[in-house]
Amino acid sequence: MLRGLAALLFFQLLGESLVFVTGFPVPGPVIGLVLLFLSLLALQGRLRETIPAVEAAAGALLGNLGLFFVPAGVGVVALWGVVQDEGGAIAAVLIVSAVFTLAVTVWTFIAVRRLLGERDGAA
Amino acid sequence: MRSPVELWIYLSTSPLIWLTLTVCTWIAASEVSRRLDRNPLVNPVLTSILLLSLVMTVFEIPYQQFFEGAQFVHFLLGPATVAIAVPLYRQWDRVRRLFLPIAAALFVGSFAAVSSVVVLGTLLGLSEDVVVSFLPKSATAGVAMAISASLGGNPSLTAVLVILTGIVGALIVTPFMNLMRVRDYAARGFAAGLTSHGIGTARAYEVDETAGLFAAIAMALNAVATSAVVPLAAAWIGR
Repeated sequence: MLRGLAALLFFQLLGESLVFVTGFPVPGPVIGLVLLFLSLLALQGRLRETIPAVEAAAGALLGNLGLFFVPAGVGVVALWGVVQDEGGAIAAVLIVSAVFTLAVTVWTFIAVRRLLGERDGAA
Repeated sequence: MRSPVELWIYLSTSPLIWLTLTVCTWIAASEVSRRLDRNPLVNPVLTSILLLSLVMTVFEIPYQQFFEGAQFVHFLLGPATVAIAVPLYRQWDRVRRLFLPIAAALFVGSFAAVSSVVVLGTLLGLSEDVVVSFLPKSATAGVAMAISASLGGNPSLTAVLVILTGIVGALIVTPFMNLMRVRDYAARGFAAGLTSHGIGTARAYEVDETAGLFAAIAMALNAVATSAVVPLAAAWIGR
């Protein structure tokens, strides 16, 4: 578990460092994600002690993903004065944009899947 | 002996109490959500934020002071983003078989998420600063804040809009998909993760494991796609 957490932190560090050095316009943790994924593929089940530890740490973090959004969310109160005047318009954009994005994404996914005749048991 | 007032003054200025309160509030909110069959109206992210905001307002605690403690939780967003590599690796064979639907939905979805903000925001007369901070709202918080900062937006405002988008998406995704009679849980999850990042993903995991996985994949891919699409949209509105 601790080893797993260390691995996740290490890959984040690697990602942040690469972004800082190259100026590549993608956030560090995303690069860390890609690098960890490629490493897992390359290792193909070797490192029998470390990989289960990474899986355990990842499971613990992803199982409580919502928690990590709470501190920034409480900032809504602190920013209320800034957005007060535009609050109605902001709420409208938020809701309409979310519904629109959900709809076009799910329809595109299903349309292309049907076009390919792919089933995967779930459709 | 010191008085309770002195204790309160001591505790309220230390990070410990706000960290403890954040974690305990989350555990309680998750428990309530679990007992009410994951009803989206008691989404644990939403109830935790509301409860903590109430405490901050009642006790007149400045956000900076609260964040001194809560930052330790906030920090875990980074490693949690990296952690998405694990489900992606485990399910890589399924993902590869659905490569085309994923690529198409990612392309269309990330453009829809960003361009709808430009069009609606301009139509409803939002100021340009708000629109720029609004653009990356479907990407996960850490990513969206970085994009916003690089374009001269307000990262704190972006964080708030990201969270609100997450909550709105998590609240509407299940009733919306049921109404549209979508029973493909890979597609449902993908749309939830693309629209509402981690909060949508957490919601998708509650509903169905396949949905959760595809939500996590969509969140990871859209973090990258949003980083590419938002600068284009910003150029479009002249930033």
